[in-house]
Amino acid sequence: MTAAYHWLFVPLTLGLAMAMAIMETLYVVKKDEFWKKAAKFWIKLFAINFAVGIATGIILEFEFGTNWSNYSWFVGDMFGAPLAIEGILAFFMEATFFAVMFFGWEKVSPKFHLASTWLTGIGATISAYWILVANGWMQNPVGTTFNPDTVRSEMASAAAFWQVISNPVAVSKFCHSVTSGWVTGGIFVVGVSAWYLLKNRHIEFAKRSMLIGVIVGLVGSGAVMLSGDSSGVHAAEFQPMKLAAAEGLKDGGKRASFTIIPGVKIPGMLSVLATHKLDGFVPGINDILNGYTDDEGNVIPSVADKMAMGREALDALATYRERKDSDPAAAAAALEVLRANERYMGYGHLEKPEDIVPPVGVVFWAFRLMIGFGMLIALVLLLCAIGLWKDKLGSWKWLLWAGIICIPLAYITGQCGWIVAEVGRQPWTIQGILPVNVAISSLSAAAVKTTFFVFLAVFALFLVIEIRILLGAIRKGPDFVEPEKR
Amino acid sequence: MTYEFLQNYWWCLIALLGGLLVALMFVQGANLHLGNRKLSDLQKRVILNSTGRKWELTFTTLVTFGGAFFASFPLFYSTSFGGAYWVWVLLLITFVFQAVSYEFQNKKENLLGVKSFRIALMVNGFLAPFLVGTAVGTFFTGSDFTVNKLAIADPSSPVISVWGNGWHGLDALGQYHAVLLGCALVFLTAILGALFVLSNVDDDEIHSESRRSIKVATGPFLLFFLTWTVILLVRQGYAVSDTGVVSLEKFKYLHNLLQMPAVLVMLLAGVVLVLWGIWKGGFTKSRKGFWLAAPGTVLVVMAVFFLAGFNGTAYYPSCADLQSSLTIRDSSSSLFTLKVMSWVSLLIPFVLAYIVFAWRAMDKKRISGEEISGTPDKY
Repeated sequence: MTAAYHWLFVPLTLGLAMAMAIMETLYVVKKDEFWKKAAKFWIKLFAINFAVGIATGIILEFEFGTNWSNYSWFVGDMFGAPLAIEGILAFFMEATFFAVMFFGWEKVSPKFHLASTWLTGIGATISAYWILVANGWMQNPVGTTFNPDTVRSEMASAAAFWQVISNPVAVSKFCHSVTSGWVTGGIFVVGVSAWYLLKNRHIEFAKRSMLIGVIVGLVGSGAVMLSGDSSGVHAAEFQPMKLAAAEGLKDGGKRASFTIIPGVKIPGMLSVLATHKLDGFVPGINDILNGYTDDEGNVIPSVADKMAMGREALDALATYRERKDSDPAAAAAALEVLRANERYMGYGHLEKPEDIVPPVGVVFWAFRLMIGFGMLIALVLLLCAIGLWKDKLGSWKWLLWAGIICIPLAYITGQCGWIVAEVGRQPWTIQGILPVNVAISSLSAAAVKTTFFVFLAVFALFLVIEIRILLGAIRKGPDFVEPEKR
Repeated sequence: MTYEFLQNYWWCLIALLGGLLVALMFVQGANLHLGNRKLSDLQKRVILNSTGRKWELTFTTLVTFGGAFFASFPLFYSTSFGGAYWVWVLLLITFVFQAVSYEFQNKKENLLGVKSFRIALMVNGFLAPFLVGTAVGTFFTGSDFTVNKLAIADPSSPVISVWGNGWHGLDALGQYHAVLLGCALVFLTAILGALFVLSNVDDDEIHSESRRSIKVATGPFLLFFLTWTVILLVRQGYAVSDTGVVSLEKFKYLHNLLQMPAVLVMLLAGVVLVLWGIWKGGFTKSRKGFWLAAPGTVLVVMAVFFLAGFNGTAYYPSCADLQSSLTIRDSSSSLFTLKVMSWVSLLIPFVLAYIVFAWRAMDKKRISGEEISGTPDKY
């Protein structure tokens, strides 16, 4: 929940950072005061957004500890290194250079200032990478060894560390999130510029800004589609249940068809998307519940079997820890049982097989909205590019309106993506290892609810204020005496 | 590099981050002065912009402090944050408000008005040092929790760290010894804030007000801090044997101080620097007191962390079940993780260097009322 809120503010930070850094580069390279003023305007909007972004970010970090106590112990060892790197490399970079960027126009040289603007953006991007390494690991826990003495996942070797940081899920997630941030930032610049064009204000500024916005947005759109495709393949490989839910696929098979909306299907398409093979086998929800054989001939046991093995592993763990000192032989035997079954240990916490099915309707529709709006935004960006090129924007009022409308749509798209990724993996906090009901702190439901609603109210308030201030700043416009009307 | 060495190394880094965090809370301390009635609106705005260029550093240090604890001593993170829940949640809320208050307060569309955001900054100015101080205070008084790693194998109650009472951390307010440290920290950060403003701002009236507040805050600071120290040295402490068994030892922290002369020297040097800084800032014409008191603060806080964790001491003791107490040895990350993080930590000097560079570039010229009225780049 907090994560989704945070994600409201992050994409704009990433995308706008790109746009304004490009503008300022133009200023420094071309020595054109125009771009300095343009960059300054967008940085002002950036700052308003940034404040709320870090405010929600800090909650997110500490919430791991406060509300997910067991989880923090269990994964502390896996996340330690990525998060330490994030803190040291990225956070300080962002914080230090943000201050220079915001206040330093008159205080430091243009080049130093430019470097600061880039570093703020780069810092934000690096931090996104490391946090998604952590998130990617939860989706596809690689490079981990369960240590029965400390009762947690541990990272045991350099190879394991490398597996964690080069986790394919993390890499495609990173590309997908960051470039979708560019789309958001791009469409934000485009939409705001479109509004100026509609109001016949700051025409030159709006056109030039829009060009930058279109470029950032289109590059982002292309990359989002590519990385989205590989995200789909990874989901098929590591989280088949998520894919099945996103597709509403009850019974899978070879040449599985892709549902555009219920009732409209493209035969075989899903197999192509998910496995890049026409004959690829895509398991449906029932296949996963009852067990199936995949394309490579591996037999995947049914969830009931996995649960039984998981329980055996948990019992063996208890026996091991009880006998460790008193009866080494029994402990060694227990350890062997544990090792044989540990890959399904998480299933031992489940009550019934159906627990592993996420809310299908939510995931299904979120996935459709994400793709639909994403395509729409890309189309609008493309049309804007054509409009700019042919200099027809003045008469294409409908397109300008579409540009404005796309700003909220971009946010909805991002949130839908978040829902697919995070709701789609329920009940697991760590795929196959730790379900949500075991990840928690021992707090009363009332305490958790109170905090939840307090934060909800606080952030809703901030969101309203932020939007008001943003609108105010946009209405006021950049710092020009409008001589540039042509 | 042995496991033990790495664990100690990371405890040192945690202590360093803690020290930097407290020293950087001059931002919070300075914001307390926003309530001073003798200052005009413009003067308040000058102070706001003076700390406004630094608050991200404090905030980031807090985040990194939490992150480093998570990464190097995850059992502390899960036990304390999930257990002493309300203390941390309260702290976070004040910081959340602080983060947006700078950006929002002088915007006309902010719904709540300048005043509410100023009050939010002052609430944070008081509660942040108070809560952090009290939380660190419990490193010596102990808290009410139990740790049972086997719990995770028991589906009916899988939580490893369990807090013993419904107050979830607010119980620390009943530990007068911990509260003393919280109070001491409030006055210390107020002093540091005044010293910082003195060095960073060009305005005679603000200067004389800062000097006055330094004089006012020094008495209570010394009272709270010295009382806390004396009680610390005579109280029972939580000792750990080589086999990991925790027991109560009389005068444990006094013993620690005497058995680790380096820590004793650090503590004394730190206290001397802080007092010297106060003297220079509050009682002479000099404006550089901050640069003595801030490093002094770092040294004192580090010494306090060393007393809590080194020399066979449980740094996060449990008064509910002695053997649940957390020690540097049994609450850390695995050998390999610590190793990787230690390599990464070699970048810290580089990070510090660019922070110093940017700081100096930004503060070449002191902030004045004219600047704030003249520039659009401000809060």
